[in-house]
Amino acid sequence: MLDAIKKLIWPIAALVFLLVINAISNPALFSLKIVDGQLTGSLVDILDRAAPVLLISLGMTLVIATAGIDLSVGSVMSISGAVAAVLLIQTDWALPYVLIVSLLICTMAGIWNGILIAYIGIQPIVATLILMVAGRGIAQLVSDGQIITIPEGSTFAFIGSGCFLGLPVTITISVIAIITTITIVRYTSLGLFIEAIGGNEKASYYSGLNVRTIRIFVYTFTAFCAGIAGIIYAADITAADSNNAGLYLELDAILAVVIGGTSLMGGRFNIVGTIIGVLIIQTLNTTILMTQVGGHNIPAEWNLIIKSIVVLIVCLLQSNILAHLKFSRRAIA
Amino acid sequence: MIIALKPKPQHLPLIATISVLLILYVTASMRYYGFASWYQTTSLLTDSAPLGLAAIGMTFVILSGGIDLSVGAVIALSSILLAQCMAGAEQGGFNFPSYVAIPIVLLVGIIFGGSMGILIRLFQLPPFLVTLAGMFLARGVALNLTASKRLAIVNEPTFDPLVNFLFFGLNLPAIIFIVILVIAIVISSYTRFGRVVYAIGGNERSALLAGLPVGSTTVKIYALSGLCASIGGILYAIGSQSGDASVGYLLELDAIAAVVIGGTLLSGGVGYVFGTLLGVIILGIITIIPTYEGDLNSWWTRIAIGGLLFFFIAAQRVLNSLCIKNTSS
Repeated sequence: MLDAIKKLIWPIAALVFLLVINAISNPALFSLKIVDGQLTGSLVDILDRAAPVLLISLGMTLVIATAGIDLSVGSVMSISGAVAAVLLIQTDWALPYVLIVSLLICTMAGIWNGILIAYIGIQPIVATLILMVAGRGIAQLVSDGQIITIPEGSTFAFIGSGCFLGLPVTITISVIAIITTITIVRYTSLGLFIEAIGGNEKASYYSGLNVRTIRIFVYTFTAFCAGIAGIIYAADITAADSNNAGLYLELDAILAVVIGGTSLMGGRFNIVGTIIGVLIIQTLNTTILMTQVGGHNIPAEWNLIIKSIVVLIVCLLQSNILAHLKFSRRAIA
Repeated sequence: MIIALKPKPQHLPLIATISVLLILYVTASMRYYGFASWYQTTSLLTDSAPLGLAAIGMTFVILSGGIDLSVGAVIALSSILLAQCMAGAEQGGFNFPSYVAIPIVLLVGIIFGGSMGILIRLFQLPPFLVTLAGMFLARGVALNLTASKRLAIVNEPTFDPLVNFLFFGLNLPAIIFIVILVIAIVISSYTRFGRVVYAIGGNERSALLAGLPVGSTTVKIYALSGLCASIGGILYAIGSQSGDASVGYLLELDAIAAVVIGGTLLSGGVGYVFGTLLGVIILGIITIIPTYEGDLNSWWTRIAIGGLLFFFIAAQRVLNSLCIKNTSS
């Protein structure tokens, strides 16, 4: 336990640092109110908005742990949103069937990625690039190039903006996803296998691991999570927007995973770290939106600049050079 | 004679690309009236110029085994920066003539790309993450540079000649695209720098052990990519007579796709700049087909690009395993 905290010291420090800045500059962020039996406030809002990135990041953590990467998650999100919206509007199917079908289609997208990588042997970045490019086209094909709006107040919209136990439904979904993922990877041997493949694929193969199946599993799991994220996104804005759903979200997810201490080289992963990474990114977004400088809001575009600086700092902190410096200092002492 | 006609394995992807291009072009020419015209060819070249420039720079990066996600954002930054430099003071601009503004933009591109190269080389960071940060930064700066996000360049005595320049129906973006392409082919095949790029992509460690200047070349490669992207931004500004901070979203993907369709291996070390030209033209044709087809929707473009990507990547994979079998037997 102490060891786990030690590993997460930088991400946690960053998150605390962000919150402290907010506490000083903008105490309103911490105010919580109960309106109509629902807890509201910026902190709840952060958790609510973090749900899509969080879901994708959970899958991405496992993919990156196998030394892979999945660029197609944003496109898969747009596909699931489009499929769900089209089925809801153009058929009289019950909601559960709609959700199951759209998630099944996303699962197939994940299996496609997995087969390209595990059986045809294409590098993950290239293999998932194909679906990243084609996916938005597929989503637009499904929605006929339109932004399909879903009536507000429907059960589907409830997924995005409803409230359960006094908290947004999205938070419940996030918590269920986190618990499921941690159970799968830490209370079965699957997590160990995933790390083994990322550490040394050949060695895992020779020690009898079914490398291909596990690889397909992680990409399928990620696409499934992306599917849920797409449904949440579509339900939140009560529309399926194939052009903008999940745009550049794959990059946010990768960033969250890397901030959380999972190395892009694979072999290790840290789910709790990823969750903290997601919270950092989302808190950063909200902070930038809410902070005022001289009575003016900071333009939302600053978000990108600040994010780029964060990426660089995280990269530098994790780079070999710094690790080398630390190591040599220890060697001298 | 038959042996002489038998293509070398490393030329097969290029031959496949040429075949796809020919099939596409011939089919489109037969199907659409006015497709096989000089006018259509020049406008194809003009429209593809920004993507083409980005893809040329990307070819060098991918040949060296890296990747550059920042090109689309650098194009946007360059175009808006150019517009900003030339705009009058009432729009918050600097009122520079084009012969001052263009070098400034090019310099920014080189420095931007070069700094990413330094970070990648000096701290051994993954190119994917560094250029991702570069993408966020360039896009963020571009969006913050002006209040309006889009700035028209009108009535500039030093800029209008560039816009109106015509040579046998070719305008300036098309001509610069072709000229830079020729220069890039020469650099990649006939210079020391080009050979080092291939060597790094083939095996970085061997290149290092062979005493090649891996470090400085890596920095130069990313600086070159930044330069190409900023030229692309200037060409966009010339073509549209404006700077636009939101142009080039997902353009990095198209650039990578063009390079891959052009027969360059994403693992580095194998490929040709000439193939990238073919890839760019194939993407250009796929993009304009919906306008000819009328009822065909433009999202088929993306699906077609994805399909072609899959075809070429899978074909390269098969070819690779065949080559390995040949050499081992």
